[in-house]
Amino acid sequence: MFHFSNIVRTKGDPEIVKGGPSLKQPADQLARALGWFSIGLGVVELFAPRRVTETLGMEGRETMVRAFGVREIMSGIMSLSVDKNAGLWTRVGGDGLDAAALLSGLTSDNPKKGNIALALLMVGGIAVLDYRAAQDTKPRRPPRDARRKLYPNRSGFPKGIESVRTAARQIAAHAKTHLKTHAETNEVKQGDERRVP
Amino acid sequence: MKALVWHGKEDIRCDTVTDPEIQDPRDAIIKVTSCAICGSDLHLFHNFIPGMLPGDIMGHETMGEVVEVGSGVNGKLKKGDRVVVPFTIICGECEQCKRGNFSVCETTNRKRHLADKVFGHTTAGLFGYTHLTGGYPGGQAEYLRVPFADATHIKVPAGIPDEQLLFLSDIFPTGWQAAAQCDIEPTDTVAIWGCGPVGQMAIRSAILLGANRVIAIDCLPERLSMAEAGGATTINFETESVVERLQELTDGRGPEKCIDCVGMEAHVMPSLPDTLLDRAKQMVMAESDRPHVLREMIYVCRPGGIISVPGVYSGLSDMLPMGAFMNKGLTMRTGQTHVNRWTDDLLRRIEEGEIDPSFVITHTVPLAQGPEMYQVFRDKRESCVKVVLKP
Ligand SMILES: NC(=O)c1ccc[n+]([C@@H]2O[C@H](COP(=O)([O-])OP(=O)(O)OC[C@H]3O[C@@H](n4cnc5c(N)ncnc54)[C@H](O)[C@@H]3O)[C@@H](O)[C@H]2O)c1
Ligand SMILES: [Zn+2]
Ligand SMILES: [Zn+2]
Repeated sequence: MFHFSNIVRTKGDPEIVKGGPSLKQPADQLARALGWFSIGLGVVELFAPRRVTETLGMEGRETMVRAFGVREIMSGIMSLSVDKNAGLWTRVGGDGLDAAALLSGLTSDNPKKGNIALALLMVGGIAVLDYRAAQDTKPRRPPRDARRKLYPNRSGFPKGIESVRTAARQIAAHAKTHLKTHAETNEVKQGDERRVP
Repeated sequence: MKALVWHGKEDIRCDTVTDPEIQDPRDAIIKVTSCAICGSDLHLFHNFIPGMLPGDIMGHETMGEVVEVGSGVNGKLKKGDRVVVPFTIICGECEQCKRGNFSVCETTNRKRHLADKVFGHTTAGLFGYTHLTGGYPGGQAEYLRVPFADATHIKVPAGIPDEQLLFLSDIFPTGWQAAAQCDIEPTDTVAIWGCGPVGQMAIRSAILLGANRVIAIDCLPERLSMAEAGGATTINFETESVVERLQELTDGRGPEKCIDCVGMEAHVMPSLPDTLLDRAKQMVMAESDRPHVLREMIYVCRPGGIISVPGVYSGLSDMLPMGAFMNKGLTMRTGQTHVNRWTDDLLRRIEEGEIDPSFVITHTVPLAQGPEMYQVFRDKRESCVKVVLKP
């Protein structure tokens, strides 16, 4: 999403002659569309809540609409990210909240009942899409209890791990005696000079 | 030629592209015989590191045969030579290269103005790894142009299969440097977070460097089993408390040395609430990394200990416990790997049969299947640990 604006490819580097297939699925495109839709709707709800409440005859509920706007924007951003599946599920949940809020406005004395019914229909339609996209973009990570291949024989040490450990110990011991003799000779020297009467 | 090309988030395709050509006298062209997918490539696959352009060729773990050399390579390489290509492009002449600090070579990043701005100073040019580090086309392809080829290569002998040598390009020296910069002593417990390919190499390196005990942390049974095979005691962070287990295993003192082989994309899960917050912030671009492992290491590391970070971080990390870090007197060492600093020694160890890095390979497929393998490796399907591609 983010590009430094002044980046260009260096001349002379390889260029695409013939594109290969993309692994993007239709569900990925749908997730993208729903993500942007979510952000768009969220921005309207956040910044023009009166327009929404007036259309629905639900004046006085602006704060709720604003909060729903924030929710829509967050779900939208999530649906556009690598965690799109989680984003789409929050959208499905959000559709439920939207429907509940709309139903609460569907009273016999609301002159804009018609609009609410229309909005409910729309929410229903979008919910179906959200649900489909969420189903189809399920992460393909294997479940935790899935049967997995294990690699208990891949030590990477052709001569065996014990031989490596022994070698390392020998080197360490060697270094230690080496250091010690150095230290001892130093001590003797210093002793000669300062301590030995 | 065929190459794996980045087209956007989670969209890598096997395209046909024009063949690379010698652009500078110091260039060489390599016919790729093997290449691999790295955990660092996943950060690009997810578009978590900014600076990729649609059309960029991926890949920085590559080996092959020299098929063409520029006039300035001066006999250092010739047609037919078998080489592993280090992922860091080096000039061999600048002050940093002379000190062996190859991954911060001062000359090879041809887009240094970007790196200077973002990092304060440029770092080396890297293959297939964003325009911040030069935007050089990568090696998941049939051919690769190697700039500064007179210095940027590791000559390898015939008679050893690709699979044993390929990882000299990155993950073997990376695991090695991670352990080496811990100054391991024979009494040390070394704790290693992440049992991906880098973690596996770090485990073997810590054992070779004489650690008393290596403890490896991950949540994937197949990777934990491989860690155990390499001599590690394991902790599954999904079912156990990492801090508690580490304290238990070290009589409450904490491991002397801690290595982060996870990086900026630490696993997100509700039982670790900081990871949820990091993920949310990452989405709205309020934070670039998820530094859960850094936090855990600082908290659990023995006072006076060393924290080594080969895991990649890209930008800003929040809520690092600097109080603990400072008061415990910890040392942190980091860096992209100075590959050529270590490869002579590591090649010798492979030749002498001390270690065979091919143990980590679980999948070998033709280059054209690369795009699927990015998904398999990312999703940890098919017990995948390391993927090798054959052009
Ligand atoms: N410094 C370098 O030069 C260099 C070179 C190569 C790779 N890297 C970096 O090293 C890191 C690892 O690379 P890889 O190829 O092994 O990748 P990988 O994605 O295969 O491995 C990461 C592992 O970390 C585990 N993990 C996630 N969260 C964890 C947690 N909280 N605690 C413990 N383990 C956790 C995952 O399960 C996974 O097995 C990446 O960040 C990569 O970019 C750095
Ligand atoms: Zn790498
Ligand atoms: Zn240099």
